[in-house]
Amino acid sequence: MQGMSIIVKKVAQLLSGLIFMYGIYIITHGHLTPGGGFAGGAILAGSLILLVLAFGSDVMRLQKREAGSSIMESAAILGFLLLAVAAIIAGAGIFFYNYLPKGQLFHLVSAGVIPLYNIMVGIEVAAALFTIFLALVIYKEELKQ
Amino acid sequence: MTLYLLCFLLFLVGLYGVLTRRNLIKIVIGLSFMEFSIFLLLVLIGYVKGGEAPILQPGMPATGFVDPLPQAMVLTAIVIGLATNAMLLAIAIRLYKKYGTFDIRKINQLKG
Amino acid sequence: MESFIPLFVILPLAAAFLIPIVGKFVSGFQMTLSNLVFLFLAAAGVWFLFDSNTEAVSYTVGGWEPVNGIPIAIYLVADGLSLIMLAIINTMAFLSGFYAISYLKQYTAPDNFYALLCLMVAGMNGVVLTGDLFNLYVFLEIAVIASYALVAFGTGKEELEASFKYQVLGGIASLLILFGVAMVYWKTRTLNIADAATLLKHSHDRTFHLFVQLLFITGFGLKGALIPFHAWLPDAHSSAPSPISAMLSGVLIKAIGIYCMIRIFFNMFILTEEFAVILTTLGALSMVLGALIAMVQNDMKRMFAYSSISQVGYIITGIGMGMIILARKGDQGIAALAIGGGLFHMINHAVFKGLLFLNAGAVEYENRTRNLDELGDLSTVMPVTYGTSLTASLSVSGIPPFNGFFSKLIIIIAAIQGHFYLLAALAVVVSIITLGYFLKFQKQAFFNVSRFFNKLKIKEVPFTMCFSMIVLAILCLVLSLLVFPGPRDLILTPAVEAVMNVKEYSTIITGI
Repeated sequence: MQGMSIIVKKVAQLLSGLIFMYGIYIITHGHLTPGGGFAGGAILAGSLILLVLAFGSDVMRLQKREAGSSIMESAAILGFLLLAVAAIIAGAGIFFYNYLPKGQLFHLVSAGVIPLYNIMVGIEVAAALFTIFLALVIYKEELKQ
Repeated sequence: MTLYLLCFLLFLVGLYGVLTRRNLIKIVIGLSFMEFSIFLLLVLIGYVKGGEAPILQPGMPATGFVDPLPQAMVLTAIVIGLATNAMLLAIAIRLYKKYGTFDIRKINQLKG
Repeated sequence: MESFIPLFVILPLAAAFLIPIVGKFVSGFQMTLSNLVFLFLAAAGVWFLFDSNTEAVSYTVGGWEPVNGIPIAIYLVADGLSLIMLAIINTMAFLSGFYAISYLKQYTAPDNFYALLCLMVAGMNGVVLTGDLFNLYVFLEIAVIASYALVAFGTGKEELEASFKYQVLGGIASLLILFGVAMVYWKTRTLNIADAATLLKHSHDRTFHLFVQLLFITGFGLKGALIPFHAWLPDAHSSAPSPISAMLSGVLIKAIGIYCMIRIFFNMFILTEEFAVILTTLGALSMVLGALIAMVQNDMKRMFAYSSISQVGYIITGIGMGMIILARKGDQGIAALAIGGGLFHMINHAVFKGLLFLNAGAVEYENRTRNLDELGDLSTVMPVTYGTSLTASLSVSGIPPFNGFFSKLIIIIAAIQGHFYLLAALAVVVSIITLGYFLKFQKQAFFNVSRFFNKLKIKEVPFTMCFSMIVLAILCLVLSLLVFPGPRDLILTPAVEAVMNVKEYSTIITGI
């Protein structure tokens, strides 16, 4: 896949960091404001996709990145599952039990395990969307050859 | 009531697209139409006129809020829809690689 | 037992996501882990089934207790019917996974295969355990998305086309089911099946009931391949790798088609006679047409796929007859007999159809073709495949003493006692047709000397494939014991009770 012009590259470079930060904000405030893991993760993936689109890449590097992001995706799901299974031990045998202290309403560190779930979902969605994008791009590149 | 009927109409439009279009990608788009009509219906079911986001404080009466459950359901269903769509598109691209066309009339190895 | 229930979902799910990470670095990890998980779950499932102390229990996910008697959490419910399904799913998953160890040498990427198989099993276990409508939809989608990918696993022209067809029809079915769930939520404002049942009992909106029931029967009928909705099944089941065909035909269409139908129509809606007649008609239609189309097939996997449609027709006919009798407030004993026959046939069909697809895979593995005209004279070179496939063929055609005979007999007896003489006659005729096309399969594959045939290169398949086939063949004989009172009371009666006794199901959940 070819890159785009210097203007696009520069703007993408400037914007992608901001978009990434915004995604992190959405994920971490998932239990307080609309949004959360899925929406934030989609934004994170958007910033990564923007960079790949602007700068272009060859198939080899794309494949390497795809392998990395798919490992990341599986790891995030395992983390989510681990949090849920940890509840069996911490919450007297109840799956998905919210075992951490709830904290105060509208504080960033509150609502027990929910923010942790949100972070895991965020990483998982970002990695999954990025993997899907890369897989489709790789198919297309292979088609061209 | 009109809104509910419009949702159903959108569902039928999607179904029409799936049944009559000959292009793989257009079939996928038709399926997405059906999907989103049902998401709209779900959100409409939970909607209360003038309702607010349901953040309940102790001592507050539990009225005047929109129903949050259908919203959660729609979010989950959107994620599932994303997975099915990605899967469909990946298969469609693979099919294009094998047959060199998106036309389902030319993709006919199997009899059904 | 109670704390065991979520493990049926957790373990395969964890395995599915561990395999892509660890499998990259450790060779052979995928097979070991997934087979161990399946073996453990199968053992647990069978143990719960045979342990007469096990009662139907529910598990509250997240620990949210009911408020004012209204259940708010997601419940996992294990009653007699769910336990039977769990035992079938996990046993078949183990045998298919073990079979695939050798079979997968023809393909690349065993990591993906086992990860997707684990995901599919997790989805199916979730479907049969959950007591929540939307959760049922989610688990169902997990199972079918994994199966879409597995059907396309060979990535040849046919596999991709079959998978696309399966995905489009399966997608429409899923959306219809979601539509139905939305309608039920609209009416009752609850997603819990037991809670919805009590609320739906008081509503007398006939149009609404019929509309939602039609949505559900179309959706689950598409998933379970009843005859007007069957177009995807022969393609998908014949294109998939053989262990997956065994899983799809043996388990998946039951877990997400028949099981969901039984659970929703018996445990949630009020039984109405006209609807029960629709269901029975669809079942009888599948039974007859499936067998007639199977007779003219030359590809053996397609033949088995059409035979699946026909056998699913038997199951639905049995259950539909029970539904009609219950809706007419007729004799409870006959209804129990009909439903029990249907469920018994469901267990048996999982075993013998799984075995037949594994046989087809073994023949294809050695001969590189599954066209019956090009095969022949395999009975001497592949004795294990021949013996097991003969067992399965006799079992599916209803020859005593194999299990298929007894379940068909029960369905036919129930039909006669319930005065459904036409259905009884059809069941007998279809059984004879089934015998006809399975004799054709036996003759063409194992006896007929073919001119394309090169006998020297062909030998018996490797050990893991033989092992799975032999275990299933033994099960074909052993399961006929279920017809005798002792094992029947232990296994089939709780399931029939769970289906017929609506009140008990809601008692398990709400505890009232």
